[in-house]
Amino acid sequence: MTMKTNKAPSRLERFRDSFVWYSFKRDRTAQLCLAVFLCLVMAAFAAPLLAPTDPYDLRQIDIMASELPPFWIDGADEQYSLGTDAQGRDLWSIILYGTRVSLLIGFGAVILQALLGVTFGLMAGYLGGRVDAFLMRLADIQLSFSTLMVAIVVGAVVKATLGGAFYSQYAVLMLVLIIGLAEWPQYARTVRASVLAEKGKEYVDAARVMGLRSKRIMFRHVLPNTLSPIFVISTVQIANAIISEAALSFLGLGMPETHPSLGSLIKAGFDYIQSGSWWITLIPGAVLVVLVLSINLLGDWLRDVMNPRLYKG
Amino acid sequence: MALLEVSQLDVRFALRQGEVKAIRDVSFTLERGERLGIVGESGAGKSVAAFSLLNLISKPGFIAGGSVRFEGQTLNTMSERGLRKIRGNRISMIFQDPMMTLNPVLSIGEQMVECLKAHRRISSRDARAIALDKLRQVQIPSPEKRLDQYPHELSGGMRQRIIIAIALLLDPDIIIADEPTTALDVTIQAEIMALLLDLCEQHNVGLILITHDLGVVSQVTQRMLVMYAGRVIEQGPTREIINDPQHPYTQGLINALPQMATPGEKLNQIRGSMPSLSNLPSGCAFHPRCDFIRRTDGQVRPACIEQVPGFVQAGNCQAACHMVAELQEDRRLKEESQ
Amino acid sequence: MIAFLIKRLMHAVLVMFVISVLAFAIQDNLGDPIQQMVGQSVPESERDALRERLGLNDPFIVQYVRFAKNAVQGDFGYSYFYREPALGVIARHLPATLELVFAATLIIVLLSVPIGVYSAIKPRSIISRFFMGASIIGISIPVFLTAIVLIQIFSIGITVSIFPESTSWGAWLNGFFSTQGSMPSFGRGYDLVHVIGHWDTNLASWNGLKHLVLPAISLASIMLPLFIRLIRAEMMEVLQSEYVKYARAKGISMRRVYFVHALKNTMLPVITVGGVQIGTMVAYTILTETVFQWPGMGLMFLDAINRADIPLIVAYLMIVGVIFVVTNTIVDLIYGFVNPTVKLTGKPA
Repeated sequence: MTMKTNKAPSRLERFRDSFVWYSFKRDRTAQLCLAVFLCLVMAAFAAPLLAPTDPYDLRQIDIMASELPPFWIDGADEQYSLGTDAQGRDLWSIILYGTRVSLLIGFGAVILQALLGVTFGLMAGYLGGRVDAFLMRLADIQLSFSTLMVAIVVGAVVKATLGGAFYSQYAVLMLVLIIGLAEWPQYARTVRASVLAEKGKEYVDAARVMGLRSKRIMFRHVLPNTLSPIFVISTVQIANAIISEAALSFLGLGMPETHPSLGSLIKAGFDYIQSGSWWITLIPGAVLVVLVLSINLLGDWLRDVMNPRLYKG
Repeated sequence: MALLEVSQLDVRFALRQGEVKAIRDVSFTLERGERLGIVGESGAGKSVAAFSLLNLISKPGFIAGGSVRFEGQTLNTMSERGLRKIRGNRISMIFQDPMMTLNPVLSIGEQMVECLKAHRRISSRDARAIALDKLRQVQIPSPEKRLDQYPHELSGGMRQRIIIAIALLLDPDIIIADEPTTALDVTIQAEIMALLLDLCEQHNVGLILITHDLGVVSQVTQRMLVMYAGRVIEQGPTREIINDPQHPYTQGLINALPQMATPGEKLNQIRGSMPSLSNLPSGCAFHPRCDFIRRTDGQVRPACIEQVPGFVQAGNCQAACHMVAELQEDRRLKEESQ
Repeated sequence: MIAFLIKRLMHAVLVMFVISVLAFAIQDNLGDPIQQMVGQSVPESERDALRERLGLNDPFIVQYVRFAKNAVQGDFGYSYFYREPALGVIARHLPATLELVFAATLIIVLLSVPIGVYSAIKPRSIISRFFMGASIIGISIPVFLTAIVLIQIFSIGITVSIFPESTSWGAWLNGFFSTQGSMPSFGRGYDLVHVIGHWDTNLASWNGLKHLVLPAISLASIMLPLFIRLIRAEMMEVLQSEYVKYARAKGISMRRVYFVHALKNTMLPVITVGGVQIGTMVAYTILTETVFQWPGMGLMFLDAINRADIPLIVAYLMIVGVIFVVTNTIVDLIYGFVNPTVKLTGKPA
């Protein structure tokens, strides 16, 4: 396929010529969102370097310094720039660590969703027949039950089966599994829809006539053409997964308070909102919103630019 | 004064890459009861011309210049409210694809009655009676049943009959038909076209027929325009143009008709394809495909590349080509030598 | 239409079957009724006898059939915590949740349609841009956070002092942005009006309505932006269609083109999505009710989880399943009613 006379353009060159890069250069919102998102990701993963205290280390916590307000309010302690939570942990440090947990679960869950969803979607779309009917019916039922509901139920059952202590210990893994299992139908339906659209095209017939095995046709020929819708829904799904995690944690089915995510920070702080310590809950809340918003805006922009065929209704 | 007078119509599309001139300098007239054909390849600007007559160009398109005058009123500067009184009432349209034209969730009756009610103070019962009468005129089987049916319950041919019935609902002066049979089965194309003509003749309705099918135009219309890359390149009485085309493009179109080919030989095609409107060649837009651009000494005629040709009168026709006189001379010489 | 109905019914039965199997599997694995019925002191042999007598040693299928039979008759067993039939506990909590969902749905429908349609018709106007921006922010805020922010602003109150208090404009601005918390943020209030059976309503008294405001807004906050964006996107697509152009060519008023020709076609996909979203809304009641201590099914479910009240959890799942299936079926019927193409083919074309 490559032209022999011309040197094939490198990936970087091709990217610089692409419409995606062109419109990114012109879109201030997209640039700002990517910058904010990258800052948050880097800050979160550099948490051990940036945070003045280690919130997981009980010895560094001073219970006497609890519920201190952030620096711009009277009564703040300059040692704690964003104040402290009810246990006396430095809010700035624990938000950094919490963001890391939230991002970890968000990405992990989306990778799992994508693996499950793409595999099932390819199978359903490519093999058709009973496999298709079974998988899509399953997806229908799961979606009509709403993904958050599924996550809550699975979370509750798993927690009840394994016991609270065990669940807390492996909370990250559990949440990745739960959110991954709850949301695979989104991927499966999108992939199936674009596989069905691709399947009708001639190159797939050509590949089959040439005697390629169906597995190879699926992964080498059909899958690459479904990548752009997968890419677009992935952004939205990461945002959703982070929100789902926060929701589960808020309900007490997620990260324990000793190892909090943004959601469990909000939950823990909520108990103190009536006593006037709003920052314990609202500052992590603001970070969560900024994180999710930047991902959602990027997703919006990507969808406009790549304009893929997405599964509807 | 003619019923419809279009002069120097200029329609542009404001795209991200800059303005694209979809049609330029289109002028023609239509008399009451006259049938005019607009012919051209897809992308020549025929449909844009049709839609701009009623100012129905959707964004980012807009009418940049010229005028459309109907009974002395200028339509392209008229208010939306004023235009509404003309659309569907004095001038009605028939769209290309009957599968897409009717609203899928409204019954046929609703879509007919609403049109009558938009233009006349009329009770629903009377409107239905008129609708039923028009359905009979377009020879739909069991018309009473159709009013309560939905578009998906009808075949393409039936839908186009209904659209013709809607076009005739308010006894308009002009019907603009944009490729009215292209989307239909070949077997019913002729039937629908005959019906449309018949009804136009009966009611003395002017018809602007937009099509890429020279055969239909030659049988149906009295006058015709040939469009290429947004411009009219030849216009005049249909019979004269078909019998003695002046512009090389029109000649090419006529030679490309299957009935013009000798059996057993290849069809005569015009080489190349129409340029994109955003990237037109200099001078005459047709020059890269023109067979006559070189003089007998092999030199390219500079005017064809440098200058946009104006209309040259030839008989009752006008053709926008620098070489009309020379080509006429060539043809005369050829005939004499034979 | 008959074929369509039968198909919907089959689907509903299938969904309920899957849910009931899952619910039963949960009960079978997690709930040990013997533990709940008898104390620690009862010897193992007696427990075994009891187990045998209650049929707990029967094969899974047999037990499931027994469970399903009971469930169909409304018997989901006894709640461990409340010590009464689980269905009764749910029936007591159901009206509160339904009223909350009803109020939120009202907010969503009343706002999303006009805003979505307006921003599709005038996509470049400042108001449309504002709504689009606000809606993406709305999607990015989790329900419980919206609820917390609402509580902070309208229930606790905020005092703003970032503008200089000494100047008159500063004092005015501070006053303008400060709020007094007066809205209730806890429970359903004291002034409920009894309607019938378990149903005490919030809708008939001022105090009750006031309690409903913040929870309903919170619950609506996540769906409203979704619906605005959905309606806008669908409407814009429909406005590009040939039949809308044709309707204009017929000389019909723009109002009729927008609200009859375009809106009806816009609402078809919106209705379908709406059906799925009702399910999502029930899930979000768990969050909203937790924040506002709203004594509905969601809060009850979360408490049941924390208390490991297995029969109540199972009953909740079954009831929520029924709610989903019923609403989805109703939505499909509405869809079939609005969309004429459904009647003939038996499935949406």
